[in-house]
Amino acid sequence: MQQYEKPLPLIDSDTRYFWEQCKQKRLVIQKCMKCKKHIFYPRSICPHCMSDDMEWVESSGRGKIYSYTVAHRAGGLGFQEDVPYVVALIELDEGVRMMSTIVDCDRSELKCDLPVEVVFDPVTPDITLPKFRLSR
Amino acid sequence: MSIKRSAAIVGVAEHELEKGKVPGGKTVLQMQATVAKRALEEAGLTKDDVDGLFVAGSWGLPGVGSMPSVTMAEYLGIRPRYTDSTNIGGSSFEAHVGHAAAAIQAGFCEVALILYGSTQRSNRSRNLSKGRPSEYTAQFESIWGMPAPVGAYAMAAQRHMHEYGTTSGQLAEIAVSTRKWAKLNPKAMYREEITVDDVLESPWICEPLHLLDCCLVTDGAGAVVIASAERVRDCRTKPVWILGHGEAHTHTLISSMPDLTVTTAKESGQRAFEMAGVTHDDIDLVQIYDSFTITVLITLESLGFCKPGEGGDFVANGRTAPGGDFPMNTNGGGLSYAHPGMYGIFLLIEAVQQLRGECGERQVPDAKLALVNGTGGVLSSTATCILGRD
Ligand SMILES: [Zn+2]
Repeated sequence: MQQYEKPLPLIDSDTRYFWEQCKQKRLVIQKCMKCKKHIFYPRSICPHCMSDDMEWVESSGRGKIYSYTVAHRAGGLGFQEDVPYVVALIELDEGVRMMSTIVDCDRSELKCDLPVEVVFDPVTPDITLPKFRLSR
Repeated sequence: MSIKRSAAIVGVAEHELEKGKVPGGKTVLQMQATVAKRALEEAGLTKDDVDGLFVAGSWGLPGVGSMPSVTMAEYLGIRPRYTDSTNIGGSSFEAHVGHAAAAIQAGFCEVALILYGSTQRSNRSRNLSKGRPSEYTAQFESIWGMPAPVGAYAMAAQRHMHEYGTTSGQLAEIAVSTRKWAKLNPKAMYREEITVDDVLESPWICEPLHLLDCCLVTDGAGAVVIASAERVRDCRTKPVWILGHGEAHTHTLISSMPDLTVTTAKESGQRAFEMAGVTHDDIDLVQIYDSFTITVLITLESLGFCKPGEGGDFVANGRTAPGGDFPMNTNGGGLSYAHPGMYGIFLLIEAVQQLRGECGERQVPDAKLALVNGTGGVLSSTATCILGRD
């Protein structure tokens, strides 16, 4: 396996479970047990109602492209060889947004609101990144 | 609670640049000292009159820059009794104006000095940076290599185009009109006229934004001096009154922005208008943070100068250019004049010089009332000031 040169998440106690589950090919997000809203990124307090009663739930892994860009300049070391590449904001069916990329696509067919689904890319033995592809 | 007319801007200064760089290899501390001295001298005040100090920056990190108001107070020999290093990005200085006016009204200080400096262009290395550290909340974004901040603004543009049919040509119009103002400003870095096609044919940076949709990368330093209504009487300059102010922020991660087509200028602007007791039609000129063309378009809509989705039509046909009926970014803006990282202080300086009638060829005739809106981060924060002369 080639050395992975791009930045990796600095995992902390808010985020450890999320990344562990990605490694198991499960996309998890939090749900507030008090106001029932879904939350991403993971945190210890609900930003809607300040409850600390949060549970992890598995996301459907389905959503749509809220927006995206095709980067023609590298956004940091490790990305130069990928230029041009896609960075996207995915809105999951559960209502939360996360940044990711769209794989296996013809860039010219990308549009906002197209349906996507998660695919898991084990970029290192420890870290698996949730990426997305257009739903068939 | 209102700060209306409790304080006025009585001195401003900007540092001269050569091709976007500070001459003579000055440090960022030297540049700020130069503009602080000039702005105080213009007002007829001394550093010993300054009892409130407001500094934001991204120099000297890690190190003395982590406490910028403390470091600048030491360097300049100022002993403030009110101090503020608030940093909410490029809009920090519009926020400082409101903070200073409130502190003055509350009696915490009488003369406030706001400072900014950057040598980012002189410092720029040829090596690609590692990007931003992927710690804490940023671990969910830094890993994707989005060029920051331009990628986030590109996503906002993409969404705006999707929802409203806004075009690259409409965004380009903003860059073209802004360059026409720069042509009239001898201090602007780029002064040759450009066309919509020039913008559209310039290289992609992050689709749908082209190179000429993006602000410059320059050095720069600016200073603004604010005095209480009482101290204004001792000053040499014509006062520019702080009539209204508002500030707001929603996110540091672009994935947390509630709606990519609206900024908090909607709230900060509304509060500023209400405080000033004026309407959109009363405003003679605007200075809108133009980090990117899309920033301006979204901000004009958020401020309510036009309806959501109508920004493209609003700026059409050179409306914001010299001779148009909506004078905007009259120094040439971040797109053509200068953009030293956190540009917000230069919006204030230009508005003040316009209201004092000092702008020569680019003077907006009979300008009495100006709106200044700063945007920081990735459309993260905004602050709005409404300023007026007697
Ligand atoms: Zn909740």
